[in-house]
Amino acid sequence: MVSKQYPRLGETVFHEILENGLHIYVDRRRDFQKSYAFFATNYGGMDMRFRLDGAWKNTPAGVAHFLEHKMFDTQDGNALQDLAANGASPNAFTSSVITGYFFESTDKFFDNLEILLSFVSIPWFTQESVDKEQGIIGQEIRMVEDDPENQVFYALMECLYDHHPIRVPIAGTQESIAKITAGTLYSCHKAFYIPANMVLTVAGDVDPEQVCAVARKILPQESGVPIDRDYGGEEDQRAAAGEKELTMEVSSPIFQLGFKCDPAVRGEEWLRRELTGELACEALLGSSSPLYAKLYGEGLINKNFGYGFEVYPGCALMAAGGESRDPRKVRDAVLAEAQRLAREGVDAALFARIKKGVYGAKVRGLNSFENACIQLAQNHFAGVEYFRFPEIFDAISQADVEDCIRRWVTPERCGLAVVRPGEAG
Amino acid sequence: MLETERMDCSMMKVTRLTLRPGVHLTAVQTKKFKSSVLAAHFLTPLSAQDAARNALVPMVLRRGTAEHPDLETLSAALDELYGGSLEPVVRKKGEAQCVGFVGSFLDDAYTLEGERVLEPAAELLAEVLLRPYTQDGAFCPDYTRQEKDNLIDRIRAQVNDKRQYAQLRVVAEMCGDEPFGVDRLGSEESARAIDAQGLWTQYQRLLGEAQVELYYCGSAELERVQAAFAPLVDGLPAEGTRQTVARPAKKKAPRPPRRVEERLDVTQGKLSMGFRTNTDAWDEQYPALTLANAIYGGTTTSKLFMNVREKLSLCYYASSGLMKYKDVMLVSSGVEFDKVGQAEGEILSQLYKCQTGDFSDDELEWARRSVVSTLLTTLDTQSRLEDYWLGQAAAGLEEGPDQLADRVERVTREQVVTAAQDLTLDTVYFLKGRE
Repeated sequence: MVSKQYPRLGETVFHEILENGLHIYVDRRRDFQKSYAFFATNYGGMDMRFRLDGAWKNTPAGVAHFLEHKMFDTQDGNALQDLAANGASPNAFTSSVITGYFFESTDKFFDNLEILLSFVSIPWFTQESVDKEQGIIGQEIRMVEDDPENQVFYALMECLYDHHPIRVPIAGTQESIAKITAGTLYSCHKAFYIPANMVLTVAGDVDPEQVCAVARKILPQESGVPIDRDYGGEEDQRAAAGEKELTMEVSSPIFQLGFKCDPAVRGEEWLRRELTGELACEALLGSSSPLYAKLYGEGLINKNFGYGFEVYPGCALMAAGGESRDPRKVRDAVLAEAQRLAREGVDAALFARIKKGVYGAKVRGLNSFENACIQLAQNHFAGVEYFRFPEIFDAISQADVEDCIRRWVTPERCGLAVVRPGEAG
Repeated sequence: MLETERMDCSMMKVTRLTLRPGVHLTAVQTKKFKSSVLAAHFLTPLSAQDAARNALVPMVLRRGTAEHPDLETLSAALDELYGGSLEPVVRKKGEAQCVGFVGSFLDDAYTLEGERVLEPAAELLAEVLLRPYTQDGAFCPDYTRQEKDNLIDRIRAQVNDKRQYAQLRVVAEMCGDEPFGVDRLGSEESARAIDAQGLWTQYQRLLGEAQVELYYCGSAELERVQAAFAPLVDGLPAEGTRQTVARPAKKKAPRPPRRVEERLDVTQGKLSMGFRTNTDAWDEQYPALTLANAIYGGTTTSKLFMNVREKLSLCYYASSGLMKYKDVMLVSSGVEFDKVGQAEGEILSQLYKCQTGDFSDDELEWARRSVVSTLLTTLDTQSRLEDYWLGQAAAGLEEGPDQLADRVERVTREQVVTAAQDLTLDTVYFLKGRE
């Protein structure tokens, strides 16, 4: 096991690659009472077309999420209850990119870790239990479809992208999940839940060697073959559609404004892109930026206004949204401000301030074991050590941030999705 | 003046200092966290007359200072301090109303150029508390009006969450003639009556007469912490005496219990039951009460959860909770309108089981693990730790979460039964739908 110190973050991380190819990271946190473990597969809602045993395979939307629901079933019952009986709080989530299973506990950490690794690596489905789950997930999908925040997000994805699977809802649709069988779940588990495609991250005052010993004992010997995926070829730089509108029962219009950015390559460039994008958001839209004060003062946005920069395999985007009586005015003001910044540059004092603000928030974010473990895992899949962010952050200049705004915050790359009040339709 | 100093089980040093009569500092020194937390609170006895005014003070203070007169310039100052936060907070700890600020800042160990954040952060906190943005020698009328509207919105919004609302209501009914019956935000009528001048007078009273609790959690040496808080302490009026908040009185439940029903536009009934416990945090037997509550309804392995909710499906939810600094336990549940009598009967019959020792050793140990784990993880989360120590400061108690956990470990089955036997039903509140 290799231990690596990150003095700027005050952290020590132990890293091991097991014989079966699984990467394990243990962020040792002395003097903490709780411990946290996160076991993830590089498999999410986006991964619908992939090559298994030499042949390309198409799967329905929603399989990764469906698998997440079913993985807690074990031959003897349900792993959630086993973990809860040990005083652990377990849960799981599926994103577009990964599926992660985790627990937090103050007691019996290694017993709980055995349960976690075991239920995630040993599938146990019957057609009967899959049929039953279809009803439960169907309910969840209906609930999500009634949620305007969610609808406006996917409408934005459709504005920006022509075919990239980021457009597809993670849980799938009623129709797509109806096509999922126990056989689909077994073959997707076999393809993606393999040590070569997974990572285990742990935070807490635990012995890293013992974490490896438990993983060696529980997990399969074979590494498995890394899976090729197909996201349908490179997207055009332009947004696929400028605007999309829906009507739902909301009290005032809600919107998501997005800009299609170039995708990032794996490695440090990935994390650098993410950090640069976040700084660009702050400079353009942040609570101490001139545009924010203007929009807020004119009543075009309120306290619910939010923004972010996301990097995914094969795509990246900047998005901002909230409630507004006139979303088009917000879009036009953002584009005008971006043009001004492209021309005149970002105010140097503002840049210095937001750089400190974003850096501080990143470091403070490591107080959360959950955040630290998820970041370590996601960035591992992206080919970069997350805890190297201070060095990468240092090297980002004002010109980099201005360049990001100049290249990507333009009318051709812009999409606007709006949910207007009215009868749902 | 050094009062106490102790190292807890996760190697954090806790020091409690009296800086001046009625002005205290609790400092938790640790290198565990990336943030340091700074807080300052005014503590006063809860009263119907002052609650809304006190609650409004930090909200108006947060709008601007003499040096940073609006939200934008305050945001910029916080960005400058590595994206720190400074939140106005209103809490109720026993019969103390605590109003003030909790700030969270990047710990000095992690700044880009090794610069210090603690001192400027404490200075900003002092500025917000002591040098508000004023017009004509009082709070700015615009800020006062806007924040007063926000306060009224928050008080009104309490009815939106029916589960929470039913709990507020049972407390108000049960403790109607005790300070504990007053809500932390005060009433809508008293909020409406506030004007900028009256608020200013109340603010002056807090500055001069309220107990002041300062808090720090982070890596800095104690001397530095004291020095950083000095401008704040020196800026407080020196003359006059600061009142302390008394331990709440205990009461006996009325016989028969009070019953209150209300109608609102709900589809699911809310049944809240208030019990007198005869025990609060000051008592020797308090740890036994925490276990009695956990076995009864405090966890997902408890009797209320396993029987009333899961086995009998009488309720959508059913749980119990203790008021640490007051002799009150609340049971909260959601039931169909026509099942309320049955649910109430079952809730009481589960209590009877606790009182007659009818619980397994497993149930006792699951409860103990849950209570101990909650206490110990308090040491891992800065916001929860700040809240814990504010409660202890308001109560004048010095026991840390790990010390209380130790006492919980030693509680016997007999002590749990004795604590459960002290629980008596005081008030039943039922929220039902409109006819």
